Amino acid sequence: MHTAPTNPLALIAELTHRCPLHCVYCSNPVELQSRANELTTETWSRVFKEAAELGVLQADLTGGEPLARTDILDLVRSARSSGLYVNLITSGLPLDEARLAKLVEAGLDHLQLSFQGADPQTAEEISGTKTHAQKLKLLEWLKKVRVAVTLNFVIHRRNIDQIDAMLAIAESSSATRVEFANVQYYGWAFANRERLLPARAQLDRSLEILKAAQERLRGKIKIEYVVPDYYARFPKPCMGGWGRKLMLITPTGEALPCHAAQIIPELKFENVKGRGLREIWETSEAFQKFRGEAWMQAPCKTCDRRELDFGGCRCQALLLAGDPAATDPVCSLAPTRHKVDAIIAAANNGARSDQTLTKPDWLYRLNPPSVHSSAAVDDDH
Amino acid sequence: MQPHPNSCPRLAPGCRLSENNQQRVLLMPERAFRLNGPSLEIVERCDGKHTVQQIITELQLLYSKAEPKKVESDILDYLTRLHEQRAIDFE
Repeated sequence: MHTAPTNPLALIAELTHRCPLHCVYCSNPVELQSRANELTTETWSRVFKEAAELGVLQADLTGGEPLARTDILDLVRSARSSGLYVNLITSGLPLDEARLAKLVEAGLDHLQLSFQGADPQTAEEISGTKTHAQKLKLLEWLKKVRVAVTLNFVIHRRNIDQIDAMLAIAESSSATRVEFANVQYYGWAFANRERLLPARAQLDRSLEILKAAQERLRGKIKIEYVVPDYYARFPKPCMGGWGRKLMLITPTGEALPCHAAQIIPELKFENVKGRGLREIWETSEAFQKFRGEAWMQAPCKTCDRRELDFGGCRCQALLLAGDPAATDPVCSLAPTRHKVDAIIAAANNGARSDQTLTKPDWLYRLNPPSVHSSAAVDDDH
Repeated sequence: MQPHPNSCPRLAPGCRLSENNQQRVLLMPERAFRLNGPSLEIVERCDGKHTVQQIITELQLLYSKAEPKKVESDILDYLTRLHEQRAIDFE
């Protein structure tokens, strides 16, 4: 049964899976896509035009690290001239003051800068790189250009006690928006989950601090926070619903309803190299799969909330319940909620809480394969 | 906190007017506001040159059939909301 889809509002353009950082929480798939097959500048330009024609308002230039693309200025220019609002989701390197000015000149509207911690030691532990100082330099350069600035602090057990110090960084910058985004458990974050999930007491304390800061900074900085959905009663309306608001294009051109969708085994994805965006959005099997309500199981099928949260996240249902059509297990009404309760209990037992003080045995995000092979060889950066 | 009548609202860096499918929109990080009628008239005047009082006066004239006090309070509420979203600065 086909449901006439609404038009997408945002295009998530994963320009590359190359990245100078190796964050243990990275949401990229564990199977990273090789540089050899990245889309060309010309193909991305066509995709941006088609997206604008489809009604898309915003392009998120992301990755990996979008600045790793040597054609990033052309990509910004072409997205902007297609009529899209251009967001750059970045770690802040490689970048110098001159290149930043050129990005703004090329039409960049908004730069969202990630932070792995409030200090160099934490940032180095989490990202496996010494990149914190560069981010602070970038904050100074950003004061001299006219662009919207958001700071994105990725939060987890190892840095959730640093919120005050993070706020201090934000307040001394020109950022007008700050996100405190608790890690969501996909990709590399899922592999590192036991070391990342905060204890309830840590989460509660962080919320106290953030709510107070929101009030204090109202009209100066807009503070947003995302709690780990394992701790919620109801699931998030993932992506605004499957195939409703967002479309993601991978570095090699596959069109996905979300960044984790490739883990769902029965889905077949179309590629922008062979198909137009409108055709993919409206008719592709992958986008149609979880639209409407026909696919829903109990209790979602008859639940009052199904038009609010769409049954939660399909990828999370697969990861935690083994079935992408199941109720998202984080939902308090899910038959599999006990699995999430067990994960939470483990994160809150006394022995685990003590481990906050010692560095865990992390699985660091690798580089993508440098040639079309499965060997993740150390690459050119 | 109410905007000062002599302050001039101006679109913040990275916030701009655009159009999509004949609909005027205000674009900003991760959000878009559809603009119609009064909201469009207000945002178009957030140019760093109109004072809050001028915006109120001009819209009271434009919407002469509406209760002037209501026009004023609606404008102040809308400007406050845009400011909290960080879409405008007051200069």
